[in-house]
Amino acid sequence: MNPTMTKKLLLTLLAWGIALIVFFPIFWMVLTGFKTEGEAVATPPSLFFEPTLAGYHEVMARADYLKFALNSIVISFGSTLLALIVAIPSAYSMAFLPTKRTQGTLLWMLSTKMLPPVGVLMPVYLLFRDMGLLDSQLGLTIVYMLMNLPIVVWMLYTFFKDIPKDILEAGRMDGAGTLQEVLYLLLPLTLPGIASTGLLSVILSWNEAFWSLNLTTSDAAPLTAFIASFSSPEGLFWAKLSAASTLAIAPILIFGWMTQKQMVRGLTFGAVK
Amino acid sequence: MATLQLNNIVKDFGGTQVIKGVDLEVKDREFVVFVGPSGCGKSTLMRMIAGLESTTSGEIAIDGERINEVGPADRGLAMVFQSYALYPHMSVEDNMGFSLRLAKVPKAERREKVLAAARILQLEPLLDRKPRALSGGQRQRVAIGRAIVRNPSIFLFDEPLSNLDAALRVQMRIELARLHEELDATMIYVTHDQIEAMTMADKIVVLQDGLVEQIGSPMALYHHPCNRFVAGFIGSPKMNFLDVEVREASNEGVNVALPGGDCRVPVDGSGVSAGDTLTLGIRPEHLKLDDEGPLTGKIVVIERLGGVTSLYLEHGDSEWILVADGDVAHRVHDQVRFSFDPTCGHLFKGDGEALNHLHRHPLVDIDRKQNRVSSASDDQ
Repeated sequence: MNPTMTKKLLLTLLAWGIALIVFFPIFWMVLTGFKTEGEAVATPPSLFFEPTLAGYHEVMARADYLKFALNSIVISFGSTLLALIVAIPSAYSMAFLPTKRTQGTLLWMLSTKMLPPVGVLMPVYLLFRDMGLLDSQLGLTIVYMLMNLPIVVWMLYTFFKDIPKDILEAGRMDGAGTLQEVLYLLLPLTLPGIASTGLLSVILSWNEAFWSLNLTTSDAAPLTAFIASFSSPEGLFWAKLSAASTLAIAPILIFGWMTQKQMVRGLTFGAVK
Repeated sequence: MATLQLNNIVKDFGGTQVIKGVDLEVKDREFVVFVGPSGCGKSTLMRMIAGLESTTSGEIAIDGERINEVGPADRGLAMVFQSYALYPHMSVEDNMGFSLRLAKVPKAERREKVLAAARILQLEPLLDRKPRALSGGQRQRVAIGRAIVRNPSIFLFDEPLSNLDAALRVQMRIELARLHEELDATMIYVTHDQIEAMTMADKIVVLQDGLVEQIGSPMALYHHPCNRFVAGFIGSPKMNFLDVEVREASNEGVNVALPGGDCRVPVDGSGVSAGDTLTLGIRPEHLKLDDEGPLTGKIVVIERLGGVTSLYLEHGDSEWILVADGDVAHRVHDQVRFSFDPTCGHLFKGDGEALNHLHRHPLVDIDRKQNRVSSASDDQ
């Protein structure tokens, strides 16, 4: 075996190893969802057992899964759409009309992500209470939009930066105003990047738990609240919890699976010319 | 068709003046080339004409009308970019028709105009392709086609050939010249390549450090450079320069001292007196090998190009380049003698300004069109 082959083999093994480590908790969770409560806590854990749907039956009986799922879909896609609408113009201005404060603004935006959300829980909660946004889809949509905005602007900014200025100038010579420039040239050219940014924002919103637990109770509660409702004061029921979690991540897992090609293409967009 | 006037144009980038007051008059249907070393401001000047850069002060006028405040799309100009700047996600047809689409021209009319332009540039078979499926020369043609479709009053070309390989560049140069005949439009062309400037221009504008050094026909710049910069910039290989002492000067000629004896250059020597130091400039192609010649040198490098041979000579501190015919038998290290016709010499004062020649070269005022077949006879 020549050295390049060995290297390739080692890298492949490493990749598989990492993938297995990352995937194992999810695999174990799915497995546990099909166990009885007794099997779920058994030591040593059993890999082979008689699968049962009891956990799922109980979960579906106790809560309205579809309502939670619908909330998740509306809130994560809604917040993503809103974030893109706000981020596209701001990324445009920062990429093509930079001032000496642009870099500072970008860093400042990102720095807000370093703040622990709990630090602003009180003011946000009070604002929501006074504005009647508690436990509403709109309220959570706005919070998620704000939460993802720094990342969305950053990503769009880097994609826009990669567009040669000449192309936009040619458009301007051809008679395109700013809106036409964005609609006919910039958006089509950066579509892969915008799509992957949107996908990332959807996934981040879907998985967010802190704000959903604190700002919703029943009407607007998304799937993260659905999972949390199965950790009860009487103790943890692992099989039920696993079944609920599997149900909660199933849609986004399938969604991610279908769009993974787009994700990878978008996230490496511009890196390889 | 249109004329263009620049009146004392200044461009200031955050305190740095890159264009320091340029005046220019472009006549209707003229082919004007801006040429100069990189960083001289030629591209900035063109972008200001296009409206892509604002003008700090001064006036830009098309057909006598001030357009400083008019947006780039409404100036009636079309620009061809160095990078071609084609829209990568559109087909060739959509690229060429984009301006018409923005102007809400009906589809049928749009197609007709695109086809007409495609015919001129032989792009018809490529109309459905995307830019990435085109070669460099084809992309260039599409970029030109996009300009033609707009039917602009003035075409602007920003170093359009510099991304092409040498053979293609020669071919496109000829095509562009032909296109100028066919479209009969005013064209402004930026390049750092003096061969492009010499071969295509009606009028060359030589720029350096944001200032116009000289404006004139290619032959005028070659035969009557107004200063040492233009003399050195136009012509390849570069003009030879040698500091010489004046023996005698009058308005009928200047005698200067050369190692092998005095020489009389027919320039207006008023204001120059004996004992002054001037710079003598002689083009390499005006030097000739001559066993009786007054100048000597040792060959350092020989470049044989087949048709001509460039000899790099050394004599004391001075270096000379001499262009001789193709079958020079000399070898490196040979000592040679050479001479020149004093009427081809140029004299420059200390500040670089040239002394005026007493006789105008007969080809100085030749019209560029007199160098080309007209498109009518071309068809036959």
